[in-house]
Amino acid sequence: MPDTQHVAQRTAEAGQQPGTDHAYHLVPPADILEDGGGITLRLDMPGVSRDRLRLEADRDTLLIEGEMQIAMAPDMTPLYADIQSTRFSRSFTLSGELDAEKISASLVNGVLAVKIPLRSELKPRKIEVQVS
Amino acid sequence: MFGNPLEIDGLFDHLRRMERTVDQLFGNRAMPAGIRSVSRGSFPLVNVGATDAEVHVYLFAPGIESRDFNLTIQKNLLMISGQRKREVNDKATYFRRERFDGEFKRVITLPEDVDPQQVSAVYRDGVLQIVLKRHENSKPRQIQVN
Repeated sequence: MPDTQHVAQRTAEAGQQPGTDHAYHLVPPADILEDGGGITLRLDMPGVSRDRLRLEADRDTLLIEGEMQIAMAPDMTPLYADIQSTRFSRSFTLSGELDAEKISASLVNGVLAVKIPLRSELKPRKIEVQVS
Repeated sequence: MFGNPLEIDGLFDHLRRMERTVDQLFGNRAMPAGIRSVSRGSFPLVNVGATDAEVHVYLFAPGIESRDFNLTIQKNLLMISGQRKREVNDKATYFRRERFDGEFKRVITLPEDVDPQQVSAVYRDGVLQIVLKRHENSKPRQIQVN
């Protein structure tokens, strides 16, 4: 699986478990949907607070990184661990019709929602059919 | 070349070196999986840590209202259930749906000396942290040698 995925690509491996083949960072599972206004991404990033989240967008890539911060006693010994990394990282390829300048994001209860609007000149508009 | 193997210090150094090598090789992966563990990618993921006085359970469950968790404890078995609702958008086209939705349940075996009466839970940034106190008489204590 390549590190960068096309943001609007349907893939056969969509059901594949994320985070299986990356030893050094966690790949947050994502939902990607598109409505008339643009694309919305939702990513599970538990334990990441706003100040430890980094979004970087250039013309064709969106990089999302976050550091999980969990208060832990210094003398704590792990008994069992499903999660063995504290770093989340995932990147997506944007396509030309998306407006990378106007990306907005919100983080609530460990779920990151990123909205990428379509360029305004490309938004679908209804075409009136004139009856003469 | 290896120093005198009969020298006590040298032997312990050697053991420590071996320990370090093993740790480097396996890292955290050498950690045994619990009998109630789940495969990777399941929801929610769980980490458990312990100190002399407490056992901490971290449940990585983002996007849930704290009232939607249901926690029960029976002796040293901690049961956590709940559900995550999907935000439905009928007008949208979905390209990926990797995030879990629906009901979940996890059962966690804790060390035997936890006190089921002293449990607290906090949900923050999508992580539910459950703190269980260990019984007073099972804490390590210093023994005086006369």
